[in-house]
Amino acid sequence: MKEIINSIRARFPALSENEGVARILATGFLMHLGVTPAALADIKTVVSEAVTNAIVHGYRDRNGAGCPVFLELTLYADRTLVITVRDRGRGIPDLEQAMQPFFTTDREGERSGMGLPIMDAFTDQMKITTSPKGTKVVMKKRLP
Amino acid sequence: MKATTANCGEDLVVRVLGDVDHHTSLGLREEIDRQMTAAAPRRLVLDLSGTEFMDSSGLGLILGRYRKAREAGCELVLLRPTPAILRILRLAGVDGMLTIRQEKGEES
Repeated sequence: MKEIINSIRARFPALSENEGVARILATGFLMHLGVTPAALADIKTVVSEAVTNAIVHGYRDRNGAGCPVFLELTLYADRTLVITVRDRGRGIPDLEQAMQPFFTTDREGERSGMGLPIMDAFTDQMKITTSPKGTKVVMKKRLP
Repeated sequence: MKATTANCGEDLVVRVLGDVDHHTSLGLREEIDRQMTAAAPRRLVLDLSGTEFMDSSGLGLILGRYRKAREAGCELVLLRPTPAILRILRLAGVDGMLTIRQEKGEES
């Protein structure tokens, strides 16, 4: 996995319209790699989930325009894709609880509570580091 | 995201086009609920054949409409979801509790 083939970094405000922008970036990054439609759908989904979490939960009750979300995509020679999404928000108070299917702190907003379980299921590996200074999600997926 | 609606007898058919994510789901939810209140259908059919992307926000929208429809004595039917959407429904384990049809009259 050591040799990096390609990598991009993006920083954008925590505005919900940027959820689609993040998916377009991921799609463009993978465009020439012959990724199957199913794998591409998985990657778009986990990018969307992680960015949405940063916007909805990380920066809850804050004006997203001044709050940065960082997206990094790195492709290694063995076709491992590493997706990193980072924010400087409030963090996840109870990560174990947040990982439970259907757990949500936002019932009124009709959040399904399936974001983190989907990210975990659609990737080969997921690691979340969180504190009151922000959250970093690193997901790895071997491309077919 | 765009939704077109049509009243077909006792069915309210909502064709969901484009992406359903956190950004678009609120507007879609309000539009469906408004149409539901106005039409009071026996069946709410969400046609997902033109839905290009859906994440857990879309799942939340579907489960919310399922609850609202049930309270109103209405059945929710998902019509022609893409393989990617089916994967999310199955992962959440809700495919067994929702009526999913690949074609008219055919359950998946």
